[in-house]
Amino acid sequence: MLEPFFRWCEATSIGQAVAQSVWAFPILEAVHLIGLCVLGGALLVVDLRLLGAGLTNQPVARIARYARPWLIGSLVLMVATGVPLFLSEAIKAYYNTSFWVKMCTLPVALAFTFGVRERVARRELADELAGPHAKGRLVGAVSLALWFTVAAAGRWIGFS
Amino acid sequence: MIERFLVWLGETPWSVALLESLYAWPFVESAHVLTLGLFVGTTAMMDLRLLGIAFRKVPVTAFTGRLLPWTRIGFVIMTATGLLLFYSQPLRYYHNVFFRVKVLVLILAGVNAWIFHRGAHRSAGVWDWDARPPRAARIAGAVSLTAWALVVITGRLIAYNWFDCDIQPQPAWVNWMAGCAVAVGGAE
Repeated sequence: MLEPFFRWCEATSIGQAVAQSVWAFPILEAVHLIGLCVLGGALLVVDLRLLGAGLTNQPVARIARYARPWLIGSLVLMVATGVPLFLSEAIKAYYNTSFWVKMCTLPVALAFTFGVRERVARRELADELAGPHAKGRLVGAVSLALWFTVAAAGRWIGFS
Repeated sequence: MIERFLVWLGETPWSVALLESLYAWPFVESAHVLTLGLFVGTTAMMDLRLLGIAFRKVPVTAFTGRLLPWTRIGFVIMTATGLLLFYSQPLRYYHNVFFRVKVLVLILAGVNAWIFHRGAHRSAGVWDWDARPPRAARIAGAVSLTAWALVVITGRLIAYNWFDCDIQPQPAWVNWMAGCAVAVGGAE
């Protein structure tokens, strides 16, 4: 049903330009990975803290506040490089299970991070240095699991 | 000498099995890539703190103390999976231009970390809470960020065979960098 749309995507001038260039795809992928590094770091400092590990002598809210611009910045970078990568091989992506796993998990991960996790991290400001509680641990674990799925499925697009 | 050893290594049964495996190689490669988020990610957060760009009100030793064990776990997984990937195709990677640049930058990153921990970090107790750490620490952070970015980029490009020895002709400097045994005057 969506296949004509994916065909249109691949036929766009950006899709064609990336597909026909020798260097564009590799360079975009390398920058996509740079984004992955920053995203991983920005997510982990907060999720580990929610799990009671890592920067444990700091309030969650402070870590989350500092990590936020890097989280958003890395997501912008990943979308900016991910979209042209997708356009260059949209039809392949359409028939790729990993691609669909990634794209179905991504909105859930985004909604969870900016909806649930952000609210929990902010509320932790009240307990400042209080130890982690069950809710914080759960939120940290779910966040890690969601983003791990997005990243692993993303890597697997190239293998399947 | 090295060449003959790598040929032998690449012909060992486990090396062949890994390279030809349906799932093992992709799993090892995926672990190598996903660990970037843990290893380079936590390193980058520490570097940004050292540069005084982010986490300005979080003490530096929180990163170099409490977060470091996680960076170390990432490093161990990175090294183990990286060695396995090299073991699957030793000769090809040895002659890959991007692999060679990556190894050089890895050494640079290692030396930089060693200098920082031996030098500026020793007095970290004094400037722990400084929003803008001393010059030596900021330089260490900047070198680290640049080096790891280059490692990621060159690491990704190893997958491409543009400059491999069996793709000729290449400019002389490419063959020199890749250590290709090409007859003088090119092998057209």
